Amino acid sequence: MDWLNSLFENPGITNALPEALLETLQMIVISGIATVVIGVPLGIVLHVTAPGGLAPMRPLNAVLSGIVVNITRSIPYAILMLALIPFTRFIVGTSIGPIAACVSLTIATAPFFARLVETSLRDVQGGKIDAALVMGSSRRQVVRKVMLPEAMPSIVAGITTTLVMLVGYSAMAGLIGGGGLGRLAYNYGYQRYDVAVMIVTIAVMVILVQLIQVLGDWLSRRVDHR
Amino acid sequence: MITITDLRKVYRQGDREVVALDGVSLSVGKGQIHGIIGHSGAGKSTLVRCLTLLDRPTSGSVSLDGRDLSGISDKELLTARRRIGMVFQHANLFDSRTTAENIAYPLELVGTPKAQIRAKVDELLQIVGLARFAEAYPSQLSGGQRQRVGIARALATDPDVLLCDEPTSALDPTTTDEILTLIKAVRDRLSVTVLIITHEMNVVKRACDSVSLLEAGRIVEHGRLAEVVANIDGRLAQALLPLPGDAPDAIPAGFILELLYSGDQAVEPVISSITRQFGVDVNVLAGSVEHLGGTQFAHLRIHLPTDADIEAIKTHLGAIGVAVSVKEA
Repeated sequence: MDWLNSLFENPGITNALPEALLETLQMIVISGIATVVIGVPLGIVLHVTAPGGLAPMRPLNAVLSGIVVNITRSIPYAILMLALIPFTRFIVGTSIGPIAACVSLTIATAPFFARLVETSLRDVQGGKIDAALVMGSSRRQVVRKVMLPEAMPSIVAGITTTLVMLVGYSAMAGLIGGGGLGRLAYNYGYQRYDVAVMIVTIAVMVILVQLIQVLGDWLSRRVDHR
Repeated sequence: MITITDLRKVYRQGDREVVALDGVSLSVGKGQIHGIIGHSGAGKSTLVRCLTLLDRPTSGSVSLDGRDLSGISDKELLTARRRIGMVFQHANLFDSRTTAENIAYPLELVGTPKAQIRAKVDELLQIVGLARFAEAYPSQLSGGQRQRVGIARALATDPDVLLCDEPTSALDPTTTDEILTLIKAVRDRLSVTVLIITHEMNVVKRACDSVSLLEAGRIVEHGRLAEVVANIDGRLAQALLPLPGDAPDAIPAGFILELLYSGDQAVEPVISSITRQFGVDVNVLAGSVEHLGGTQFAHLRIHLPTDADIEAIKTHLGAIGVAVSVKEA
């Protein structure tokens, strides 16, 4: 049981780990909420303005889809977060710490999530949209009362995927001053060769991802009546 | 009463034009069930989309009780659509809503008070016989039950017209009968005008008062069931009272006749009257007898020997109200 005792005597684990976990959760929750708040409307706009959509608007759709979403998605997160440092400093006042990391995390995941939302909405059978229109729904009502509820199981699954991705990105953000589990693993595990901290950090992240996935699957099933 | 006048719909496909509807005119009186039958590609789907105003017709008009729907503004469109209840082939229910919530949907749209919605939903659930399934989700219902919910939902706004697009094409024969019976019961109870668009002749036989045959975007035959059936060479008569395709190979020389008569016209037993009066043997090759639009119809293919006096027999049959068409043997 020596190794277990040594874990509990390791300050990297007893002191730094809880703090790092809290920071990671902070990053995931804040940027997760921001991603959903930005991504759902963006996904709706992407879907309804597409050719053949409820309100086709070619130029707007081309700009959003081609430039905003695709360009952001084609920049690897490691580069995006570095490139966004000045912008982050402008928004938050600093480029260090978990709150600052949320800016680049949100900008990296919101377009990705918006695409997932768009796909979920597109998968709602056209017959249901026709039915809603034939019954005299306005376009707003079609989106709010038919498209979103019908796509909800799939959107919840998209949120789960996005949150899991955020766990990974937040660890990367830790390397450039974002804090959290990423920095813990880097500082203790890499720079001090503390294998125990490295392994515990990995274990915590695996558990975190599992929890998100299990919870997400459960919620998706709850809202799925298909 | 719904009136369609010279409805045309032309689609552009690249640089060529596709005429989907080529001047369709039609009028169905209040409380009537009218069938529009046609093969796929005849323009049925386009007609449905024009009737529900999902597509604007190129020209022509659709009017309900004399009010033209084709020229109205987008805002009026939302209200106008509520006067046409639509039943879809695959019901198109919302999976995220229970049976009761699905039926309530069109009422929610206009902010109907909750108590009023509940009363209307209960009434409709009774009519379609699904009172026990109010809280069930569509995935827990059978295909026939889903279609019943679809009918209830279409009736929620008390529409003037119930437009049914292939309402039974995805159902088995027994369920088809149940749904058609329900549609007739709904018509009797609410005296709603019903338009059934279908490719199944059986649906026309069982449910419709009148029928139109749609072909290549035009209505080529139409009328009350009894009228179209009485026209022996008409396509609808042949389709409603079908005889097996080919005459058997080994029939002796002679004449082959096709006879068509209805219960009103021919009280006299037709076959035995030929035998008695002309002293010839009659060989029945094929026959179809059905009850259509409240009248019994018979469509027979018979064989007469070469020595039969064919002209006299034709005159006799004509005199007792039998339509005859001679096919050489």
